[in-house]
Amino acid sequence: MAFDNLSEKLQNIFKNLRGKGRLTEADVKTALKEVKMALLEADVNFKVVKNFIASVQERAIGQDVLNSLTPGQMVIKIVNEEMINMLGGSAAQLQLQPAGEITVIMMCGLQGAGKTTTVAKLAGKLKSMGRKPLLAACDIYRPAAIDQLIINGEKQGVSVFSMGDKHKPLNIAKAAVEHASKNGFNVVILDTAGRLHIDEGMMEELQEIKSNMPVHQTILVVDAMTGQDAVNVAQTFNDKLGIDGVILTKLDGDTRGGAALSIRAVTGKPILYAGMGEKLSDLEPFYPDRMASRILGM
Amino acid sequence: SGFSNIDEDFYEELEETLIMADLGIKTTDAILENLRAKVKEQKIKEPAQCRELLINSMIEQMAVGETAYEFENRKSIVLIMGVNGVGKTTTVGKLAGQLKAQGKKVIVAAADTFRAAAIEQLTEWANRANVEIIAHKEGSDPAAVIFDAVTAFKARNADVLICDTAGRLHNKKNLMEELRKINRIIDRECPDVYRETLVVLDGTTGQNALAQAKEFNEVANLTGIVITKLDGTAKGGIAIAIQSELNIPVKYIGIGEHIEDLQKFNASDFVNALFQKNE
Ligand SMILES: Nc1nc2c(ncn2[C@@H]2O[C@H](COP(=O)(O)OP(=O)(O)OP(=O)(O)O)[C@@H](O)[C@H]2O)c(=O)[nH]1
Ligand SMILES: Nc1nc2c(ncn2[C@@H]2O[C@H](COP(=O)(O)OP(=O)(O)OP(=O)(O)O)[C@@H](O)[C@H]2O)c(=O)[nH]1
Ligand SMILES: [K+]
Ligand SMILES: [Mg+2]
Ligand SMILES: [Mg+2]
Repeated sequence: MAFDNLSEKLQNIFKNLRGKGRLTEADVKTALKEVKMALLEADVNFKVVKNFIASVQERAIGQDVLNSLTPGQMVIKIVNEEMINMLGGSAAQLQLQPAGEITVIMMCGLQGAGKTTTVAKLAGKLKSMGRKPLLAACDIYRPAAIDQLIINGEKQGVSVFSMGDKHKPLNIAKAAVEHASKNGFNVVILDTAGRLHIDEGMMEELQEIKSNMPVHQTILVVDAMTGQDAVNVAQTFNDKLGIDGVILTKLDGDTRGGAALSIRAVTGKPILYAGMGEKLSDLEPFYPDRMASRILGM
Repeated sequence: SGFSNIDEDFYEELEETLIMADLGIKTTDAILENLRAKVKEQKIKEPAQCRELLINSMIEQMAVGETAYEFENRKSIVLIMGVNGVGKTTTVGKLAGQLKAQGKKVIVAAADTFRAAAIEQLTEWANRANVEIIAHKEGSDPAAVIFDAVTAFKARNADVLICDTAGRLHNKKNLMEELRKINRIIDRECPDVYRETLVVLDGTTGQNALAQAKEFNEVANLTGIVITKLDGTAKGGIAIAIQSELNIPVKYIGIGEHIEDLQKFNASDFVNALFQKNE
């Protein structure tokens, strides 16, 4: 393929357009076909792509393409801006209670998304901010999930509260908060088991936690490599539990990460952090502008 | 659904179905182009007939070869690999359980010495499957675990050795080299033992799974694919793109977290599910 990069492709499409002055509907449509391909290659959800393209098209038609910018660049600029907007504009923050109170953070998500690892990473972040986090082992199903959390807690120098695998997650979570209040911890992070969004019983388990004790932040952990199904997952978790934010993991890979755009589009909830590796220090703030470039392959 | 003609709307719906199933835009375009040509050639007029043509050709493409499960009939070493969190360790446990139930002597090797509690996790699976496990301490050299495991495999005259490895992203050079080394040790120590080399792909993964298959294949000559988590709403359609491009067959699917939730791949069920709407 001669033009692999989206910028080059668009430049090529508009090669003969210079001096035309304004972008016509036909010009824009041809260009946006390439953008559509790029987004689908990046795993942005099909329906999200359709809506996105429609809104960009509306903005791009009739734009001046004089002098400073080439038409290709003009379209990219608009696409980029719209995408950054959709991804949440600027970096968002986890919402914590005042330090004198206990903040309860519940992590949830599909199997293998990276919850247990991210719990420990987040604890490290909170610790460095001067908070006193306690990790609660609420995954009573996965073999060695509790050991995994304990080992990670040790690595981070953060305490782990566990009651083994014979108690309900709600009771473990409640006891963890009680333990926190008696022992001077001011953040409790609940590590929950991976579950499918369509698993009614398992989703009820989390609903039960949320309706029987204060949970201040419900964070959905999502694998950045997720494909078209990301919207179903995010929407269902949001509908059934009400999520406050998202953490995207495994962005140290070479995935384009279109799931970010899909999730943001269907839930409207901010993406707070990006997991950038297996080391417990590999958690970074999420930057919408960088993510936009990445999704577009630029 | 309710189409009376094979028109653009009809093709557009097929496009949507295939893309939503994670086949990817390139594979989808290629499939539909091919379909249009066949429809013209065979003068097909009925949408239902056209769909059937499409489904059948995809089933044909995904069909598992007759020798796909030959490793079950031989003394064999199964090496499991894949990126983080896809379901490798669980698949090792399930597969060990199945082979054990066939009356085979099975050993599993805990060559993920890196991830927290990976060894404890596989130990629990070995208990469930009632098979022997070869493991060292967390942080030890995975190549040494593999060396010990193949030595035990030979010494105990076992039927199957299944090796779990640490999750690694395929773009990490060092970790991929480590895997190459593990693969080489097995080749060197057991040159005559039948090999099965499986990459585990998460069924919810999108286009990146193709890059995963490519890179793991480059390191260790894959003989098959396991797609996990198909008990969710994702369809795992990227396997079609992988089959088209790399000609690596899907051999197993994971459909849950229990020991019995591993099935041999059925092309017809898989392709039909791609066309089923959720709910
Ligand atoms: N490369 C990379 N690996 C990650 C990242 N986050 C998590 N992982 C790895 O992904 C795998 C799964 O992580 P876990 O934390 O066990 O995932 P989980 O969601 O708790 O899994 P379940 O409890 O089984 O649902 C592990 O191998 C982690 O080391 C990341 O940002 N980058
Ligand atoms: N629903 C469902 N969950 C699965 C399936 N296979 C594995 N899992 C779950 O996915 C999560 C990750 O599985 P593991 O076997 O630990 O994955 P892994 O590839 O060994 O992970 P790392 O070693 O950390 O890279 C666990 O919670 C498993 O129970 C499946 O077919 N369906
Ligand atoms: K995953
Ligand atoms: Mg976990
Ligand atoms: Mg594992």
